[in-house]
Amino acid sequence: MLTFVAIIVDALVYASWLFLVAVGLTLILGVMRVLNVAHGGFYSFGAYTAAWAIGVYFERGLPDAGSFLVLAAAAIAVGLTLGVLIERGLLRWMYDRDEVVIALITYAVFLILEDAVLLIWGVNPFFAYQPSTLLGNTDIATLPFPNYDLALVGLAVLIGGILWWALSFTRRGKFLLAVIHDREMSVFLGINVSRLFTITFIIGAILGALGGAVTAPIISVTPGIGVEVIVLAFAVVVIGGMGSIAGAAVGSLLVGLAHSAAVHLFPQIELFMIYLVMSLVLAFRPRGLFSQAQMRRI
Amino acid sequence: MAILEVKGLCKNFGSLVAASDINISVDDHEVVGIIGANGAGKTTFVNLVTGYLKPTRGTISFNGRNITSMPPRAIINSGISRSFQVPQVFGSATIFDNVLIALGIAHDGKFPIWRPLRRADLVVTTDQILERFGIAANRDHVANQVSQGVRKLMDIAMATVHRPRLLLLDEPTSGVSVEQKFEIMDVIMGALRSEKITVLFVEHDMDIIARYATRVVAFYDGTIIADGLPQQVIDDPHVRRYIIGEQLRLKAEA
Amino acid sequence: MAADRTIPYIAGALIVACVACPFVPSWVVFIGIVSLAKGLVVLGLLVLWRTGLVSFGQSLYYALGGYAVGLAYRYGGLTDVFVAVILAAVVAGAVAFVLGFLLAGYRDLFFAMLSLAFAMILYGVLVKSESLGSTDGFTIPVPTFAGLGPGEEIAQIMLFVFTAACILAACYATQRYLSSTAGHLTTAIRDNEIRVEYLGYSVKRAIHTKYVIAAILAGVGGALVSLSVGHIDPEMTYWTTAGEFVFVAILSGSASVAAPFVGSVLFELTRSYAMQYTPLTWHMVLGAALLLLIMFLPNGLWSLFGKSARVQ
Repeated sequence: MLTFVAIIVDALVYASWLFLVAVGLTLILGVMRVLNVAHGGFYSFGAYTAAWAIGVYFERGLPDAGSFLVLAAAAIAVGLTLGVLIERGLLRWMYDRDEVVIALITYAVFLILEDAVLLIWGVNPFFAYQPSTLLGNTDIATLPFPNYDLALVGLAVLIGGILWWALSFTRRGKFLLAVIHDREMSVFLGINVSRLFTITFIIGAILGALGGAVTAPIISVTPGIGVEVIVLAFAVVVIGGMGSIAGAAVGSLLVGLAHSAAVHLFPQIELFMIYLVMSLVLAFRPRGLFSQAQMRRI
Repeated sequence: MAILEVKGLCKNFGSLVAASDINISVDDHEVVGIIGANGAGKTTFVNLVTGYLKPTRGTISFNGRNITSMPPRAIINSGISRSFQVPQVFGSATIFDNVLIALGIAHDGKFPIWRPLRRADLVVTTDQILERFGIAANRDHVANQVSQGVRKLMDIAMATVHRPRLLLLDEPTSGVSVEQKFEIMDVIMGALRSEKITVLFVEHDMDIIARYATRVVAFYDGTIIADGLPQQVIDDPHVRRYIIGEQLRLKAEA
Repeated sequence: MAADRTIPYIAGALIVACVACPFVPSWVVFIGIVSLAKGLVVLGLLVLWRTGLVSFGQSLYYALGGYAVGLAYRYGGLTDVFVAVILAAVVAGAVAFVLGFLLAGYRDLFFAMLSLAFAMILYGVLVKSESLGSTDGFTIPVPTFAGLGPGEEIAQIMLFVFTAACILAACYATQRYLSSTAGHLTTAIRDNEIRVEYLGYSVKRAIHTKYVIAAILAGVGGALVSLSVGHIDPEMTYWTTAGEFVFVAILSGSASVAAPFVGSVLFELTRSYAMQYTPLTWHMVLGAALLLLIMFLPNGLWSLFGKSARVQ
């Protein structure tokens, strides 16, 4: 019974973390049809900036509660800066190219960002554990769980909810949905696709950085976390269906459950559980869980 | 002697009925014109017969064999072939290479790795095919860059490479300028006549139908509403009402 | 035709390299073996790329080749290069044959991710396996050559010659394959799958075959590298290794069977120098080089994406 509770709660926490990490990627992929490999770079920059900022913050002896705002501020700062730089400075000249070429461009940016992290912050690990201890623990069925982890679940639900509401109910959101379905047609309908792309990319970047920022307090921030995460994010996006936020949510839950069950019951396969899930999903739904219907071609 | 037998063919996409109870029997060497408004089910019919779609109900037999749920490549290898409304070609390759590849597949079949594709006998045959279809001048042009008419002719040429006994042409003259339509049909029919192929062709232009078809089948709303000699079908009141309009008078035969 | 001269040129270059071996420092010979062997993996990627597919999982077969050789030594005392390479080819080919049934149905990103998934599953298995040394892997001794057991330096030179022979054989075979009908069913499939099916040929079967060919090449490459380095570890199958192969494939372009080897040698040489002088910015240099390539020198890239490439 206890194991069951542990599995479920751990699954929710891991799923929330996965969702936060992957949602920015699927948003950019869905709207702009851009496979943003640099997403891993947003994550590590977000983590490093947050870790550094937390360090500085607590050195100044500022009030504990504000440290959470520091995390958010770090994410927004990183997302805005990198997002604007990359989209306005590089990507926007390349939209007419082949999709694979654009993916290669983002891959090149990722490589650059990886070393930029090394140059700015060096190779030693950062620790910024303070925010994760501030909230204390909660006992669920007599098992203690850090409230920080549970707050992650809340954050994931919040972000998912905001995105869903924004896409379905706001005018800008509906424009986004239109662009997802047919970019060319949207242009002809007068939607400012170019500006929409910039905004979407920035939001995606902020979300990616946020994933890193909220993770920083619970890991040791080292070079290479971007590399580990980018593959996981891609797997979730593929499982969920490209560009589907609901898909990312459901995919994260699936993987979260599988991963958690493996950790508790079959630790030997924990490392590659996500790839097993992905292979299984793709075997039955070749384009992911929530994929668009294909138009008749002949 | 029937080469193609279709019985009770139906196709539904969810609640959309694309084909409903289609019955048709085609004999060897017939040239059948298929007419009907857009969405009437003509292309769906071709897609069903050539295996691109699986019927919801009904059977299709070719030469006595049941081909109902076979995949396209099995149907092609049985002796049926088709051309496409939008020509399906290898865009980055030249006109010559497109036909050459088709020939290569036809000749090398199951073991296409022993001999080079660009060998003398295939090259000569390819040039002959291009000549027969009147596109020899475009030999070295890239398929994506030639005119629609040339692409259409090449598409049909590639469909004949297998020496099919039954050929379905989906709107062979659509997207082609008015003057060229008859030219192209002359070329196609001339090339096909020497092969003694049975032809079904989908066409919107009634003058083309009148000129080349020995029999006409009219589709409406997923089903066949008329089937017979061209003049009979064209005079049929339902056909006049739903497809060609009351005012149509055909151009005098050339 | 250009195709007629490629193989003789490759042969010539390889012979010159072999003759030069005794006169250059041994680290050069070593880099030569490793870069040429990795070029085999990239050659396999070339075949898939022409078909419009990117495999982000060739590292799976690269590692399988290495581990096949390693385990054959561990449990069977095998050190002979000839047997090692054949074993690696068979193992890689067999696994690819099985996985190919599933993979041949996917395209684009899904093909890439699924191939990556299999590579990472092997990684997970290897890392958790204590008997295989977990993340440290294990070592294998200097190889023997049909009974000959030379000292280490001579062995490296002999291994280089052996590698060169393998490369020549692979290039010749791949060249023949690519000029056959099946070989043209690469760009044809990339251009229009429906058309290929409607000409009577199975696209799935074609892709399955090419996937197995690429796997065999990668397996042999992995075996050769392991024999040269003398060490085998799970990093061989990590996705970043696969990513490197893809990177070199882009660098090389898909215009000729010689391209992957030229690209691979350039890449390994650059990496050695960069690691020595600017270890912290190696990736940045790579990324910048890739960007510049894409923006100003897309020739290599053009033939990959078929904008003006002609079917050979």
